Amino acid sequence: MSVAPAEVDLPRSEENPVSDKPWVTIVWNDPVNLMSYVTYVFQKVFGYPKKKATRLMLDVHHKGKAVVAAGAREAMEHNVEILHGYGLWATVCQDG
Amino acid sequence: MEPFRPVRGGGVRVRLSATEASLLRGLVGEVMFLIAAEPGQSPDGAPVASRDPGHADDLAALEGLLGEPAPEAPEDPVLARLLPDAYRDDPEAAGEFRKYTESALRSAKWQAARQMLDTLPDSGGRVQLSSEQAHAWLKALNDVRLALGVRLGVTEEFEEQWGRLKPDDPQWAAFEVYAWLGVVQESLVHALR
Repeated sequence: MSVAPAEVDLPRSEENPVSDKPWVTIVWNDPVNLMSYVTYVFQKVFGYPKKKATRLMLDVHHKGKAVVAAGAREAMEHNVEILHGYGLWATVCQDG
Repeated sequence: MEPFRPVRGGGVRVRLSATEASLLRGLVGEVMFLIAAEPGQSPDGAPVASRDPGHADDLAALEGLLGEPAPEAPEDPVLARLLPDAYRDDPEAAGEFRKYTESALRSAKWQAARQMLDTLPDSGGRVQLSSEQAHAWLKALNDVRLALGVRLGVTEEFEEQWGRLKPDDPQWAAFEVYAWLGVVQESLVHALR
């Protein structure tokens, strides 16, 4: 027989703070997707003006990856779903 | 091929030879075949039922009883590229994401390919597409290029890779097809802008 402990030491929230680092959508470079196509997809999916879409595409091309959006985790996962539909190599992660 | 051109009032048009149409239909069909395959079974191969329920205090066993493990990326490199992991360094999150989204992604890719086949006559000729149909072509063409690119091991130095092959190499024609698909897609992107 046992009795319920009078007090349980649950982990305090301060020890496991919810990180406030934003979530991001990353697009990775790959050798197949055309530069024009990637730019077009950024314009279409995110509504970015051509200049911004082109800059992000060039970042992907030259630096190997680019953060193309930031925000709530669910929104970033939704972005990735759409980008995978277009065949872009996209992932979600928490920034930093 | 006469390149894609925008059509007044929306949409695009293109002219393809019978050979080109038949080539495209064959490639799109192959991607559909791959996409339609059932996702893999339990990745660790361990049947869930074999886990001993007597050790319910063992958290891992308990989790095993509560549900199938989340699926892993497909083993076929082409499928793994068409259905990539959404998390790069977090297999658990990637598996969870895949569990809830992979079938919808497969279905969307299959639908785009289906729509391309439905609007591409066997005999080729002049093809006119609405914006929505052109979009399906764009996605389906890209999936074909991804599939072929992975199979051929294409890198950023595609031209050099192709140039090193002799014309009688069995891969030479595949590289030519891959290069042509790039021209087709480039022309479609420009017509849609």
